[in-house]
Amino acid sequence: MYEHNGEKYFIVDSHMHYWNAAPDNWVPGAEQYAKGWIECFHAYQGLGPPETHWSLEHFQKYSEDDLMKDVFEDGHVDVAIFQPTNLKEWYTEGFNTTERNAEMGRKHPGKFIYNTNFDPRDGDLGLEELKRHVGEYGSIGVKLYTAEWNNGSRGYKLSDPAAYRYLEAAQKLGIKNIHVHKGPTIWPLDKDAFDVSDIDHCATDFPDLNFIIEHVGLPRIEDFCFMATQEPNVYAGLSVVIGGLMYARPNFFNKVMGELAFWVGEDKMTFGSDYGIWEPKWQVEGFVNWEMPDREEFADYPRIGVAGKKKILGLNAAKLYGIEVPAECRLPADAGTPAAQDDAQLVAGA
Amino acid sequence: MTADVTATSTDELLAALETVRDPELDEPITSLGFVASCTVSEGGDAQVRLRLPTYFCAPNFAYLMVADAYDAVSALPGVRSTSVVLEDHFAADAINGGVAAQAGFVRSFDGEAVAELDGLRADFLRKAVMAGTDQVCRPLLAAGRDQAALLAMRLGDVPPSHALDRLRDRRGELGLPAGESAPLLIDPVTGAAIDAGALPLHMRKAQLTRTSIEANSGICRGMLRHRYDTRGQGEEDQ
Repeated sequence: MYEHNGEKYFIVDSHMHYWNAAPDNWVPGAEQYAKGWIECFHAYQGLGPPETHWSLEHFQKYSEDDLMKDVFEDGHVDVAIFQPTNLKEWYTEGFNTTERNAEMGRKHPGKFIYNTNFDPRDGDLGLEELKRHVGEYGSIGVKLYTAEWNNGSRGYKLSDPAAYRYLEAAQKLGIKNIHVHKGPTIWPLDKDAFDVSDIDHCATDFPDLNFIIEHVGLPRIEDFCFMATQEPNVYAGLSVVIGGLMYARPNFFNKVMGELAFWVGEDKMTFGSDYGIWEPKWQVEGFVNWEMPDREEFADYPRIGVAGKKKILGLNAAKLYGIEVPAECRLPADAGTPAAQDDAQLVAGA
Repeated sequence: MTADVTATSTDELLAALETVRDPELDEPITSLGFVASCTVSEGGDAQVRLRLPTYFCAPNFAYLMVADAYDAVSALPGVRSTSVVLEDHFAADAINGGVAAQAGFVRSFDGEAVAELDGLRADFLRKAVMAGTDQVCRPLLAAGRDQAALLAMRLGDVPPSHALDRLRDRRGELGLPAGESAPLLIDPVTGAAIDAGALPLHMRKAQLTRTSIEANSGICRGMLRHRYDTRGQGEEDQ
C-alpha cells in the first residue's frame, strides 16, 4: 500500500518477473542470444532514474531477498503477478518460468499470483501442461507471445483455429485473463509482429475473457488504441509505458497517458512494473505524484485524478484477478467501478 | 573548377546518409545517431558503419536502413566502392552479407522470411503521413483556425514549413496527391479527401500516430545512449 496526501493506494503489480539470465543458465551454442537478450533488457533499465540502475551482473540474476525488498518492502506493492517467459532455446532452465516463480513465491503466501502460459502450436501436450499448471499453481491468467518461433513456425495469431481451441480450453479451466505481449520483439523477421488485429477478433469471440495488451503495442500505440476502443474486454497493460517514459521522456509520457485516457479510459489500464527491468518504488511514487501539465498541447486530454490513479495502480487488476481490497483502499461509491467495460463512450462512433 | 571527377568528401557522404531514414521513426539515421562512422578514401572507397539501439532491433527495419544507406552512398558520383556494415546486431552477418550481395531480404534470410519489405515500408509511410498531418495542422489550429476550416484547405494554402515539405514528400512517395491543389487532409490509404463526418476522428488519429512515433523515437534514443557513449556522425539531440 502507498499512502500519499491522506489517500491510500492498493498496489497490484500486474506484470513482473523473477528470472535467471546469468551465464550459468545460457544454452551452449546460444550464448550470444542469451547475452544479447539480457543486455537489451538492461538497456531498458537505463531509461529509469540513475539511482535505480543495477550492475549488469546483478541484473542478470537477482535474489529472492532482492525481489522481496524491491517489490514489497520498498516498492509499496501489495500483490504481484508473475508473468512467465520461457525462452528455453536460450536459457537452459528457462528465463522466467512458472515453476521458478512458484517455487519462490510459495514461501510468501498471499503475495503472489502465478500466471502460466501456452502456445497453441504445442497441440494436445500443451493442453495437458496447461491443465497441470492451472491445477498446481491455481493460475487464472496466462502470458502469451504470439511472435515466438516454435519448431519452424513463424509465430501465430490469436485468431487462428488452434488458438481458439486453446482459448476455449483455458476458459473451461477457469482462466480469465489473457495477457498478450504486443511490443518490442524479434521474430518473425519479415512480419510486423506488433500487429494487434488478431486481438480484435478473439476479444469479440471470447467476451468473457479479458485481454490485457502488455506494453500497449509500443511502438505501435495507435494500432492498439484504434482496436481497444472498440472492444470492451481489452485492457492496456502499462508495463514499459511508466517505466520507459515517465522519467526518461516526461513530455511523451504525458501525451501517451493522455491518449490512453482518451481511447482506452482509466478503468481499463493496469500498472505493471516489469520488475526486474524497473523497480516499482519510483514508478508508484512518481505516478501518484504525476499530473498532466496545464498546457495548451495537453488541453484536450482527459485528466486522471486520484480515483483514476487508484484504479490504474491496483483496483483494476484486483477486479480482474478477484483480489480482496482492504476497505480503506476502496473507492467511494461515486468514483466509478474499477475495470468497468463501458468506458469507451468518449470515442463513440470511432 | 576542374574537369576532373572530384573526390567525394566526408560531408557529401554524410549528406547522402541524411537521406536515409529509419522507416519506423521517420527520421534520418544521421540525426538519430545510428551512423557510428563514415569515411571515404581519396580513391573513392566509402566505408560506413551503422549501429542501432539494441542487439535485437527488428531485422526488417535494420535491413531497410542498411540497404538504403548502401544505395545512397553508392549513387554518389565519386564513390568507387561501398561498404556498409551494421555492428553489434544479432542478424548483422545476414544483413551485411545480403546487402553487399544485393540479394534482397528474403534471400538474405533463407527460410526465415517469405516476403520483401515494400509493404512494411508503405505501412510506415502512411503512419508518417498521419503524423505529418498533425505536425502541419497543429500550428494552423493554434493560429486560430477551427478544425472545419482545414477541410477546405489545399496544400498550397499552407504557409511554407519544413513539416509541410516533409508531408508532401511522404505523400509523393506513396503516390498520393501532393501538389499545390491537393487537399490538405486525405485518407493515407486511398488518397480521398476527408469529409466533415470523418474529420474529428481523423485528427485524433493523426495526433495519436504522431505521439506514438515520437514516444518511440524517445525510447530508441535513450536506449542508444545507454548502449554507446560516443556520439554518432550527424547526431542531433531531440
